[in-house]
Amino acid sequence: MPKNGDWVRIHSIILKPNERAPQVPKDTALVPLEMRVKGELLQDAQIGDTVRVRTAAGREITGKLQEGGLDYTHSFGDFIPQLHQIAPMLRRKLQEDHNA
Amino acid sequence: MRDMSYQAVMSRRNDIMKASVGLDYDLYESGSMAFDYESLMTASSHTLDEVMSIQSGFGVGNTPLIELKHITDLARACSKPGKGARIFVKDEACNPSGSFKARRAALSVAMAKKLGYKGVVTATSGNYGAAVASCAAKAGLRCVVLQECFDSKGVGQPEIIEKARKCEAFGAEVMQLSVGPELFYVFLKILEETSWFNASLYTPYAILGIETLGAEIAKQFREKEGRDPDMVIATNAGGGNLTGTARGLKKLGCKVPVIASSVNLQGLHMASDSQFNQKSFTTGHTGFGIPFTSWPDRSDVPRSAARPLRYMDDYYILSQGEVFFITEALAQLEGMERGPAGNTSLAAAFSLSQDMDRDRCIIVQETEYTGAGKHHNAQLSFAASRGIDIRFGNPREEVPGRDIILPQTPENIKAQPQNMNRLRSSLIRNALKQHPGRPSQEDIRFLCQETNADETFVRQAIKEEQ
Repeated sequence: MPKNGDWVRIHSIILKPNERAPQVPKDTALVPLEMRVKGELLQDAQIGDTVRVRTAAGREITGKLQEGGLDYTHSFGDFIPQLHQIAPMLRRKLQEDHNA
Repeated sequence: MRDMSYQAVMSRRNDIMKASVGLDYDLYESGSMAFDYESLMTASSHTLDEVMSIQSGFGVGNTPLIELKHITDLARACSKPGKGARIFVKDEACNPSGSFKARRAALSVAMAKKLGYKGVVTATSGNYGAAVASCAAKAGLRCVVLQECFDSKGVGQPEIIEKARKCEAFGAEVMQLSVGPELFYVFLKILEETSWFNASLYTPYAILGIETLGAEIAKQFREKEGRDPDMVIATNAGGGNLTGTARGLKKLGCKVPVIASSVNLQGLHMASDSQFNQKSFTTGHTGFGIPFTSWPDRSDVPRSAARPLRYMDDYYILSQGEVFFITEALAQLEGMERGPAGNTSLAAAFSLSQDMDRDRCIIVQETEYTGAGKHHNAQLSFAASRGIDIRFGNPREEVPGRDIILPQTPENIKAQPQNMNRLRSSLIRNALKQHPGRPSQEDIRFLCQETNADETFVRQAIKEEQ
């Protein structure tokens, strides 16, 4: 259970689908405008509770406590075989030109 | 209690803006289409040397200008005898936050500090957020970065997630939103709640900050080669990069053609929730480049200081596959691993070099940092996971969102010229839409400056619209 003082992420709905700006495309108009932000939890709470956090900028913001999600999981990605064909192609091209 | 609904906040936008940028834009308005751009740009009375000195205080600027001899050799191997201009790159990734955006941020944050604001707020999913966060950390100011980051399934674009991490590393609060233009509404609410400074990409400060990039190019190239370069190419999105660079070159009397380049994302709607994660570039693309060139005043300030069509000699479009390919070439042949979006102008240079004589010189005016999420391998991997087909072939057949076509050979990289007069007519059409009625003589003069065209062209374009 997250405790007062833990660093957490909260989530909230800023605009419901029927409140969205008139110019948004159809697919976007069907979904809400959502927000997520990290901060220091200002109370003991359970996942899904409405809580207040203090962000890195010192602002207090209210939202629903989201499960986890604080790890950085972005990466350099999976192996892309095509990328590894480029260097040999370039070296061949330079060599041909050099030999010409 | 103050009404915080979408409509109410948007209707207060002008007052919120005025309070948050320390500038009264009304002073420069004529009451019609025209406004006094040059007076707006000199409102803060900063000389080029003063801007350089402020940036130096943040450790920003003075990046190396590096000749890419192997990329040049490759261009020559692909071109007719005697062709293949030398290619140089300004390695802007060496700035503290990893991109040229540090130049824009330094001056904005310095102004915020000088004017007594306690914090800065910026709305950007790009490198600019990290730049503002970095400078705010050094200036001891609080910082909020607002990002459009994830779709309705909660999937974030890896490049934007990496930029969030970098902002957080510099102590900023990163507020992440799902897809949609109402980000601007949230941005206004934060400005109103905090009374902090709007570190917009489009204030005169942000553009003055880039003038030093143009000035450094002129100075460094003259020191190396004893003359001016023959072409400078800028990756173009919101227009500030090209505008500031061109103005800086001009300030040093360097009369070099300035060329824009963008990645082609035609067909993908920038505000579409379902298409948000089908693109592999989050900046430097046509989704920003074309609309901001043909109508600059769509930004988060009343009048944008970034007005690229005034300074743009030509505009070229590249495919995503072409830019990923040249990004790999830069790493493999020059030992420089850099972020893909900034290499859009390198792909253009590689193509244009092949039509220029060998003694000509092209400057690619930026690079950006790379890393997890914003590496070309990461983007290709994310695209593949979204069902986008990655293959070798003819880049002209690439359909953004459906496939990424890596050039079969380097000769297949061919920058596609855009019709400049169509862009100019489009700007005039947009100006007439915003300011209906008969344009005054002052408006005509303004449109000539805005489009870098003569009066005959402007009058003809107006006639065709009316």
